[in-house]
Amino acid sequence: MAPLDNNEPRKIGDPLKIPQIECGAMADTNTFAAAPEHNEPLGFPGELLENWKEVAIAKIGELADKNRAFRVYLDTCVKCGACTDKCHYFLGTGDPKNMPVARQDLLRSVYRRYYTFAGKYFPWLVGARDLTKEVLDEWYTYYHQCSQCRRCSVACPYGIDTAEISMAAREVLDSVGMGQKYCNEIIAKLKKTGNNLGMNPKALRATLEDLEEDLEDETGIAVKIPLDVKGADILLITPSADFFAEPHIDGLLGYAKVFHAAGVSWTISSYASEAANFGMFIGSYENMREVSWRIRQAAKDLGVKRIVFGECGHAWRVGYSFLNTLAGPFDFLDQNYPIPQHIMEFTSDAIDDGLLKIDKSRNDEFVMTFHDSCNVARGSAMGRQEGGQFDLPRKVLKAVCNHYHDMERDTIRENTFCCGGGGGLLTDDLMDLRIKGAKPRMNALQQVTEDHGVTHMAAICAICKTQFSKVMPKFGYEMDNIMSVHQLVANAVILDGQEDEADQAKAEETP
Amino acid sequence: MISTVYAVLFYVATLMMVVGTGMKVLKYARTSAPLKIPVSPAPRTKRGVWFRMAREVVLFESLFKSNKWIWLFAYLFHFGMLLVLLRHFRYFQMEIWWWVELVQPFGKYASFAMLAGLIGLLIRRIFQQRIRYISAPSDYLMLALLLLIAVSGTMMTFVSKVDIISVKAFMLGLLRFRIETMPVEPVLLIHLGSVALLMIIFPISKLMHAPGLFFSPSRTQVDNAREFRHLSAWAAQLPDLPEGIPAPEEKK
Ligand code: HEM
Ligand code: SF4
Ligand code: SF4
Ligand code: SF4
Repeated sequence: MAPLDNNEPRKIGDPLKIPQIECGAMADTNTFAAAPEHNEPLGFPGELLENWKEVAIAKIGELADKNRAFRVYLDTCVKCGACTDKCHYFLGTGDPKNMPVARQDLLRSVYRRYYTFAGKYFPWLVGARDLTKEVLDEWYTYYHQCSQCRRCSVACPYGIDTAEISMAAREVLDSVGMGQKYCNEIIAKLKKTGNNLGMNPKALRATLEDLEEDLEDETGIAVKIPLDVKGADILLITPSADFFAEPHIDGLLGYAKVFHAAGVSWTISSYASEAANFGMFIGSYENMREVSWRIRQAAKDLGVKRIVFGECGHAWRVGYSFLNTLAGPFDFLDQNYPIPQHIMEFTSDAIDDGLLKIDKSRNDEFVMTFHDSCNVARGSAMGRQEGGQFDLPRKVLKAVCNHYHDMERDTIRENTFCCGGGGGLLTDDLMDLRIKGAKPRMNALQQVTEDHGVTHMAAICAICKTQFSKVMPKFGYEMDNIMSVHQLVANAVILDGQEDEADQAKAEETP
Repeated sequence: MISTVYAVLFYVATLMMVVGTGMKVLKYARTSAPLKIPVSPAPRTKRGVWFRMAREVVLFESLFKSNKWIWLFAYLFHFGMLLVLLRHFRYFQMEIWWWVELVQPFGKYASFAMLAGLIGLLIRRIFQQRIRYISAPSDYLMLALLLLIAVSGTMMTFVSKVDIISVKAFMLGLLRFRIETMPVEPVLLIHLGSVALLMIIFPISKLMHAPGLFFSPSRTQVDNAREFRHLSAWAAQLPDLPEGIPAPEEKK
């Protein structure tokens, strides 16, 4: 059979199909380790400490004292098995250590050994084990095969969230000097330049000016993408991928058009030119807080009234669920709007208020479906109604295109599958894992392609978009079959004064 | 002699269960939750969370959605056990409450539901590849212990009847700190002994899932982080970050 990493399109399968257990299938898949210059700026030891064992054990105790979720989740699991078939990485790899409860057990077994009566005196009875270097390495391997997507938490009768355990485990690893290169390098870069790319303000300004030109060429109208404008009403915080990657850029053009049509003044900040917050992936409250603080600072410096987030999954989780905690209170902003607000909420309101002139037929070449990005779906919300994070994007999509079909119910909304690249795993050294982890989502997509002729999938997460543009070709799609929701909005919106060929054609027809 | 041993055993077991579980629960309650992490479908109001928790406790809603077989066996077992427990009130009361009387006929047969559930769970644990993989010896033993309790109890109800009057006298005595003589029947001794063991291990085992559920942040938190600032005690102590964190370097 063809190995997984070649270009053979995968066959259509049941996205929920449970594989046979294959012990050790992914034991050798390791992500690159961080170098000292990646670890140190984050406040972690550069290299593996000599007394790593004591430090790691103490850190576990500290986390159990500081985080109720960690303590309660380690204690309450009854090993019922309901979560065992819920992880896309298990479904895609068959490695039993990728079953959520087994992933938790990697750490729980050590916690039990040092912090519980049963584990101290009867380790063999409750599966407790000593912390050894092998165990530490095993953590590094398997806690970097979890995208912290929380699908398992929805399934668990107690809501046990493996993402919390993963984040804690990564924090323990960081505290002994075993950081992951991808995440820690990016956080270090952000601390230096304000975004994950290390793009400086000059380069950013030049990029935005290019995009403005493109917009003017397309529409004949001077649509602005302002940078560092003091006194603007809205500060847009968007993932830096929106400035350079496809299809992300088209989403940014969409926001610009919506803001233009709604007639609001807005700006991007070069100081906080990044919505992503990789501090979450490594479970570090302090790093996450520091990254978030830049947003507060930028909002204050620019004197804006509102903060709006662009399309980014985990950024929105941090924005919606954590920002007020980490960098609040935001008493200096306009309290009449949610703080922060999602661009989807903004666009949805603009549609309701009739501010957008839309020609749906401009998206007629696409038959769409929507990928609920897991951090948005399970870690945040939108709008005023429960479930708004599912309904608003669909509402916007249906407002701008004529052909839309949902994927199977057990693979969308709160049960959505992760794209396979979230949680700090969007790195080339994990490509094999990313392809296997994307399989359940891809199979669900193939189903609707088969049944309804779906051609394109839209997403509202920078990581999802990058991941899909990489892995979709492995499943018989093109790179550009993944789209930004606001890309479709951009296609369909007609700005005031814009020359519209369709309109013109009609005008010529009617005598 | 045996009566004294069992009397002491029950006092110790009760103390261990109440104090041990109490201490754990207190620990859970005092450990702060630094961030808002409710998981979808997350209610936006306190009332909604009460509703959600009620559904989790009464219906095992999440389990029902995620695995029908486990749900079926878990439900048979837990609610069988609940009825059986309610029926046991009669051994501790001089005047039996009306609702305990009401439960009586159901409680008697609920033990079969409980047994069926336990056996179903055990079979799954042994033969389901994935569940076998995640099981430690304690997971099998826990089911074995509950089976022992349920089988010995059912036997006393339906097979070899014991002298209920003196059992009741013994229990009522315990409540009044008097040691009465209990009938020395092997089945009864096994039943009471294994119940005492279950009570003793309650706070140091996975049985903590019962109180634990009420402290699970992903289920008990209200999804209102934008409206109300959530701040844990230790996070509130963190120093404010400096106003001007180094700005991005302007390159020439
Ligand atoms: C608030 C009360 C309780 C709730 C909501 C609850 C809920 C659950 C759920 C959802 C499961 C997982 C499904 C399963 O494997 O059976 C479970 C398992 C279990 N429960 Fe409970 N439970 C409660 C009280 C208790 C009590 C008081 C006991 C003990 C006497 C108990 C003993 C067990 C055992 C032994 C298991 C593991 C079964 C197995 O090995 O598969 N539960 N419980
Ligand atoms: S959080 Fe997601 S990736 Fe991690 S174990 Fe659970 S289902 Fe798997
Ligand atoms: S569903 Fe929850 S309780 Fe059951 S095995 Fe998984 S984590 Fe443990
Ligand atoms: S990249 Fe997208 S699907 Fe994957 S973890 Fe992030 S939000 Fe979830």
